[in-house]
Amino acid sequence: MQVNEFKPKIVAFCCNWCSYAGADLAGSNRLAYPAEVKVIRVPCSCRVNPMFILRAFQRGADGVIICGCHPGDCHYTSGNYYTRRRMALLFSMLDYLGIEKGRTRVEWVSAAEGAKFAQTMNDFVQTVTALGENKRLEDLRCKK
Amino acid sequence: MQRIGVFVCWCGSNIAGTVDVKAVAEALKNEPGVVHSANYQYMCSQAGQELIKDAIKEHKLTGIVVCSCSPRMHEGTFRKTAEAAGLNPYMVEIANIREQCSWIHKDIAEGTEKAIVLGRTAIAKVNLNAPLMAGESPVTKRALVIGGGIAGIQTALDIADAGFEVDIVETKPTIGGKMAQLDKTFPTLDCAACILTPKMVDVAQHEKIKIYSYSEVVDVRGFVGNFEVTIKKRARFVKEDICTGCGLCTEKCPQKKVPNEFNLGMDNRRAIYIPFAQAVPKVATIDPNYCTMLKTGKCGVCAKVCTANAIDYTQKDEFIDQKYGAIVAATGFNPISMEKFDEFAYSQSKDVITSLEFERLMNAAGPTAGKLVRPSDGKHPQKIVFVQCVGSRCAACAEKGKEYCSKICCMYTAKHAMLTRDKYPDTDVTVFYIDVRTPGKNFDEFYRRAAEEYGVHYIKGMVGKISPEGDKLMVRASDLLANKQINMEADLVVLAAAIEPDKSARPLATMLTASMDTNDFFTEAHPKLRPVESPTAGVFLSGCCQGPKDIPETVSQAGAAAAKVIGLLAKDKLKGNPCVAHSDEMMCNGCSSCEKVCPYGAITYEDKEFRGPNRTTLIRRIAKVNEAICQGCGCCTVACPSGAMDLKGFASKQIMAEVDAICK
Repeated sequence: MQVNEFKPKIVAFCCNWCSYAGADLAGSNRLAYPAEVKVIRVPCSCRVNPMFILRAFQRGADGVIICGCHPGDCHYTSGNYYTRRRMALLFSMLDYLGIEKGRTRVEWVSAAEGAKFAQTMNDFVQTVTALGENKRLEDLRCKK
Repeated sequence: MQRIGVFVCWCGSNIAGTVDVKAVAEALKNEPGVVHSANYQYMCSQAGQELIKDAIKEHKLTGIVVCSCSPRMHEGTFRKTAEAAGLNPYMVEIANIREQCSWIHKDIAEGTEKAIVLGRTAIAKVNLNAPLMAGESPVTKRALVIGGGIAGIQTALDIADAGFEVDIVETKPTIGGKMAQLDKTFPTLDCAACILTPKMVDVAQHEKIKIYSYSEVVDVRGFVGNFEVTIKKRARFVKEDICTGCGLCTEKCPQKKVPNEFNLGMDNRRAIYIPFAQAVPKVATIDPNYCTMLKTGKCGVCAKVCTANAIDYTQKDEFIDQKYGAIVAATGFNPISMEKFDEFAYSQSKDVITSLEFERLMNAAGPTAGKLVRPSDGKHPQKIVFVQCVGSRCAACAEKGKEYCSKICCMYTAKHAMLTRDKYPDTDVTVFYIDVRTPGKNFDEFYRRAAEEYGVHYIKGMVGKISPEGDKLMVRASDLLANKQINMEADLVVLAAAIEPDKSARPLATMLTASMDTNDFFTEAHPKLRPVESPTAGVFLSGCCQGPKDIPETVSQAGAAAAKVIGLLAKDKLKGNPCVAHSDEMMCNGCSSCEKVCPYGAITYEDKEFRGPNRTTLIRRIAKVNEAICQGCGCCTVACPSGAMDLKGFASKQIMAEVDAICK
């Protein structure tokens, strides 16, 4: 009997300067993480509008992770501080709406932390897989 | 509607090994807007680029997607290719199917599926791309070099020789750095001072170079070509332009018990001092922590003896604002602290010293005038033990050491051992090592000379414990090749301490918004292809602030950094980043939300007339982005409550199209 294994859809927003480079480093070092993770490159984690995250959940994403430079190391000096505060608010609202906290995450990954990137993604995918499919905000009208 | 061309790269077998590139090219053919799809072994090669150019012309493409390696690698390459074929360079998007797909997945089906999604995502974005034009900004034709060691000196000389002005900022009262403290240099054994001091003099005399000694950088603003830097010139209580460096004050100062940092505290200096005879600038400095006049107001001997009247006890720290086009970090290194290495008894015995201290002991200008004696009793040591890799390659003890190899220790230990045996043939010299690493021109020959001709005993094995017993030191170690424990008496133990980046590097990196690795070394824009550039445009790296290196390597890297700086300063105008914020004046209500979060102050407000109903005129306050100042972080776009602010190249619609494509 074939087991239909659940593969979550994960959207990862990575800032161009630290985390995207960290993801590249994970690749250069051949550190595997699940193929379910798809990275969107943004100039800074503060470019991530809460709207994008809502959109992802509406379109059927099962988890959204935002990666930026470590606090204090932002290429644009202060962008990640805004990310931290904005996302704290948004995630708490999403939690209220029934999107479990495990489906959303902000993580600081520097350009040198390829291993941390891979490990974070492995861990995040595992958490989201355990939570199962996101049905809460998914707009079935988008699935034609 | 766009006419999009998709180009899937094999990257030899790097991508094609785990991604079925032909299937990817075939699948992406049917995406909206795609009119052409191709695959090729090496898209970045000349032939690959020609293929793209021909396709752009043949199919009248308005946008292209290259499925290849990371955009951090070849985005620039493919933008140039597009531009050469008459396409706007910002109509190019890269789908990263190497670093973020083929290299991390082993299963071909899985890799191919992901590559298709990544390609689809890039196509969805390109569909919404608009041509962008980069603005131009002028270049300030002057460079700043932070750090005045051999790296900074060489970089400054090379830039200045090309005709550009250079300022050197050095925290110490003199330039020269660590190299000035060294005795002889491997593998040629020429004396460090003999080859360094003429360069220091060249710097001092060069009409294009200005030295800010005893100074530090406290603030950096601006961007490539247009940096504004605040330099804090600390008060040295001596008028620099008047002091002749005669040194009379340093002889007469009654405060004699100040540890001399140039000799690593192994002897004393006065409260007013010139670090060493060949210091540049040769100007005295008063140490405010020890000067009785500055502390209690009673003394003033130096002012009395100074014939030039250069002493000024009222001098204050000075803040200087200066503009630069390029900045070179050359902050150098320090040996790590030995405090944590209790097993080597560094804090317990004066006769356990670091290699840099040994360097001073052997130096003719050092505390013992070059006589090798034990710091405890001044006797000549008969048995010397050198311990290599103290804190280097220390993955298991990362809390006190470093994981990396410090690179220079094997060679300088061989040098120390050789010099000791040369000067004092009766001395017994033993070196404990994990591996002896000698890659470099004439390096292995040098090490073999030490071991074979000079009779230095090399023992493979790590020292476990050193304990002072009477006036001797007991060294307990393992001999890995003989597979036995060794207990050995020594008169002097020299620890090859690991080197780490200078402590000033971290705050400097924050000011420069340049990235660092976990060891606080500056990261390069590319580890192999752009080793002297920081990922932050306009910031360059020279010397040990980028990684451990010896003098020849530092000098070559310094020259390379200078070449990059010259290349930048030779330009009259720089093309800016067109991916900047833009406010839709019809939607903006002038609320100031964006202005508050902008880290650069790029947003201003203006009152603009709009046509109202019934021929009336409305005056509304709207946000305006200064494109020359905006760096394109996009923070304002999220802060904007009315959705008027957007980021060119990373527009909300584009990112949402990417989200949709991933979630499809």
